[in-house]
Amino acid sequence: MSLTLEQVQKIARLARIEISETEAGTTRDHLNGIFQLIEQMQAVDTRGVEPMAHAQEQSQRLRDDIVSEPDCRAACLAIAPETEAGLYLVPKVIE
Amino acid sequence: MINKSLKQLGQALAAKDISSVELTTLFLDRIARHNPELNAFISVDRDRSLAQARAADARLASASVAQPAAPLTGIPIAQKDLFCTTGWKTTCGSKMLADFVSPYDAAVIAKLRDEAGMVTLGKTNMDEFAMGSSNETSWFGPVKNPWDMAHVSGGSSGGSAAAVAARLAPAATGTDTGGSIRQPAAFCNLTGLKPTYGVVSRYGMIAFASSLDQGGPLATSAEDCALLLNAMSGFDARDSTSLDRPPEDYARALEKPLNGLRIGLPKEFFNDGCEPAVMAAVEAAIAEYRKLGATTVDISLPNSHLAVPAYYVIAPAEASSNLARFDGLRYGYRAPDYDGLDDLYMKTRAQGFGAEVKRRVLIGAYVLSHGYYDAYYLQAQRIRRLIAGDFAAAFTSCDVIIGPTSPTTAFKLGERTADLVKMYLSDIYTIAVNLAGLPAMSIPCGFADGLPTGLQLIGNYFDEARLLNAAHRYQMTTGWHERMPEGI
Amino acid sequence: MKWEVVIGIETHAQLATVSKIFSGAATAFGAEPNTQASVVDLALPGVLPVLNRKAVDCAIRFGLAVGAKVAEKSVFARKNYFYPDLPKGYQISQFELPVVQGGGLTVQVGGGDAAYEKTIRLTRAHLEEDAGKSLHEDFHGKSGIDLNRAGTPLLEIVSEPDMRSSDEAVAYARALHGLVRWIGICDGNMQEGSFRCDANVSVRPVGQAAFGTRREIKNLNSFRFLKEAIDYEVQWQINEIEEGRAIAQATVLFDPDRGETRMMRSKEDAHDYRYFPDPDLLPLVIGADWLERVRGELPELPQQKRERFQRELGLSAYDAATLTASQEVAAYFEATVAVAGAAQAKPCANWVMVDLAARLNKEGRDIANAPVQPAQLGGLIQRIADNTLSNNIAKKVFEALWNGEGATADAVIEQQGLRQITDSGAIEALVDEVLAANPGNVAEFRAGKEKAFNALVGQVMKAAKGKANPQQVNALLKKKLAG
Repeated sequence: MSLTLEQVQKIARLARIEISETEAGTTRDHLNGIFQLIEQMQAVDTRGVEPMAHAQEQSQRLRDDIVSEPDCRAACLAIAPETEAGLYLVPKVIE
Repeated sequence: MINKSLKQLGQALAAKDISSVELTTLFLDRIARHNPELNAFISVDRDRSLAQARAADARLASASVAQPAAPLTGIPIAQKDLFCTTGWKTTCGSKMLADFVSPYDAAVIAKLRDEAGMVTLGKTNMDEFAMGSSNETSWFGPVKNPWDMAHVSGGSSGGSAAAVAARLAPAATGTDTGGSIRQPAAFCNLTGLKPTYGVVSRYGMIAFASSLDQGGPLATSAEDCALLLNAMSGFDARDSTSLDRPPEDYARALEKPLNGLRIGLPKEFFNDGCEPAVMAAVEAAIAEYRKLGATTVDISLPNSHLAVPAYYVIAPAEASSNLARFDGLRYGYRAPDYDGLDDLYMKTRAQGFGAEVKRRVLIGAYVLSHGYYDAYYLQAQRIRRLIAGDFAAAFTSCDVIIGPTSPTTAFKLGERTADLVKMYLSDIYTIAVNLAGLPAMSIPCGFADGLPTGLQLIGNYFDEARLLNAAHRYQMTTGWHERMPEGI
Repeated sequence: MKWEVVIGIETHAQLATVSKIFSGAATAFGAEPNTQASVVDLALPGVLPVLNRKAVDCAIRFGLAVGAKVAEKSVFARKNYFYPDLPKGYQISQFELPVVQGGGLTVQVGGGDAAYEKTIRLTRAHLEEDAGKSLHEDFHGKSGIDLNRAGTPLLEIVSEPDMRSSDEAVAYARALHGLVRWIGICDGNMQEGSFRCDANVSVRPVGQAAFGTRREIKNLNSFRFLKEAIDYEVQWQINEIEEGRAIAQATVLFDPDRGETRMMRSKEDAHDYRYFPDPDLLPLVIGADWLERVRGELPELPQQKRERFQRELGLSAYDAATLTASQEVAAYFEATVAVAGAAQAKPCANWVMVDLAARLNKEGRDIANAPVQPAQLGGLIQRIADNTLSNNIAKKVFEALWNGEGATADAVIEQQGLRQITDSGAIEALVDEVLAANPGNVAEFRAGKEKAFNALVGQVMKAAKGKANPQQVNALLKKKLAG
């Protein structure tokens, strides 16, 4: 498998990471090197093997429906890049 | 004082031979002297540390026989800079969080500071978002290995390892996603423990790969690790993957003789992929274990060669999603110039993340994307189960698995930054353990060309006490762990 | 060409919990911006989700209520996309293994003789978290983000494409709205966004088996908009096809002011959500004991009640459906019948559906705050049944009860002397009096003018101050005039 420059730009777009045209070439080469390593997996027949998502075979623990988190607005807005009137400000959202 | 064990430091503090303020000052002075060269710490805050030390001294002063202070009260500890810490910057080694001060504390921070009474000595350097094996991906620059300043300290907990190796701190916390505690421990002649997944709360530990990440101690001995794990571990209702088990004393079995201990030697770990000098040290350690009464059994982990490939699918997949929150809107870095929302995202993330983080985020986005999920992500998860199955089978015939921690000693700074795959393969012996969620340690087992070598001990789930026991008995007879780098 | 409309509906029902699905922050509506956004909801680095038991309870209730399979094991997945109201950069939802699988909802479509019943199959219902809100008022050309709603628990209920008209779609949405309120899992407040629908609409020539290309209309927050949006969209799609243009898959928004749908994004811009199991959350396991406990707590469901009303009380399907629109209406009706007697079920139904409903509507009250209690109405209906009251006088008594002029119908009847005259001797005396006083009308009647009879009835009722039993008056007059 080998990634094209177009695919690199597409996943960079998905991941919201700007990549210049010059960077794209290097990135593609790096990723292709890594995918060469990854491709070793494809030789393995894993039919019938249940995918393993977690290290422990446990089920989800549940919390009671209780309000336990205090208002942390002041502390949280204080570390934000831009705020006004208790809101996080962002460039205009167009729907 | 800088060579005392945590137990000895605790006794000295309890006996008022030294105060926490004095002890903390001693280490702060060492940091001031040596950190500019080592670059082990990202943040040091003398006043804040000394205020904590004064509080610890007050606790010690009011302790009594009936109500003794917690055993580690007043002992300073360095914290890996991905544990969210109020009052301190928590950078995760990234430009993205270069000025981030968390409004809440990680579970590990609160436990060590508030329950155990330990003093935060500073926040240690690390590979950016814990993605790296050499500490060279840090936005704050690489960490140097105190054993040889031209070499890396390992990663991603490289700052913690260098700090303890140079005795700028008696102990440190680390996190291990694919070997990030064990490999730096091996490179810096330290004892490091990655607990069973779920033993240490991940709440407040900035996530790299959630299903693999686990916090643990880096220290100079197994005994110190046991005491630290006692203080760090425990059920946390805020972490759904935290295991609700009764508390245990991980130091309880330290002294147990090793007669009858069955050591598994996986043939896949004893091949020519490992440097001969490292292998010689490992073989010598195995001989030592036989002398201590252990028996060895040849085992096989037939899928271990697939661990690195599967890891480089699973870890980036989780990371690509975990790191989506760093978007420049609510905290952290925001690009100074942008044209609209989308451009803000694209530029903030392009500028805020370093090259290795970006690569892994891109790999992750790719393996999860439409049409590739089954071939990569699901296949990797199936291989993960095969790998876990290998260990389960192995542990039917042995109690502990032993092998090298890393195929080499600490490599030179810059040596592998151009060859990513070679860099990734430096974790070839450690990664399978994370995929399975097992506990494992690295302990010093000698030197090769003046650089430390590490012995890896892998245990079955929840067998930390047995691992610590095996490590401790070895350390009682060998003394490799007591060696210190010269000139510091 | 004749066109068939195909509609499937996705509904987001906000679950009735006090705290969020994955954090301990409050879910109360209308709080100051970002005061209910905890560090978990804000996706600060290092925070982790823990699942709210009550949200799962709600999903189980729903699953049982629609006869679905409640999955023994379901999995939370991350749906990855960037948006300012989505702090983590992913939404925690369920994808491959949802908690509720299958099921169906039987709905009444239309009213009167044209009414019919139809079962809409459900594909699934899954638990997920809501996003925050972007406020578009002008902050120097920027948007403000309020994350109070982020992490609010939602049940997304997905129907099969079983609806064939906007009326069926509305009937389904109304029935679903009624059901989630009935079983207490959602307050159903559509203005506050607690219950919102997306409609997937396509058309195909009648007789064609394959579905047409669908467009999804997002975020319809009233039944009226749902109908208007579908009607507009259907007509638009038919026009496009008839003019030779193919329909392209797209997501559209409905503009209620213009009554139009407009394109939000095409399939080409569709997100690649990169779903994968959330490593921070373990599989949700629902054992048989949990299921049985919830089953034991479920009230009688609207469908069961409807069937019982028809079977035991002889109500029509339409009446039964109307009376089971909400728990409150059904409870009122049943309490009324309990007093009036099962034999009076039909009059009880009429009083609740017509007279009471009209009066409530006039004052903008809901049934829970009706001034006339079910026991009072039941007592009133008893007095109609035993001929103490005529229907006309009963309306007066109802009005008096509404205004608090008496505690019971009997008290009002006594105080205001409204008892019906049924003594045939007394009525005969009145009839004789009227016949004697109105020889003209009598003569007209005998000459064949039927209308004259009504005038005579009116005269008798007037003389009786409206209280004479009308049937008896009619019978006596006929007898006397015939004699």
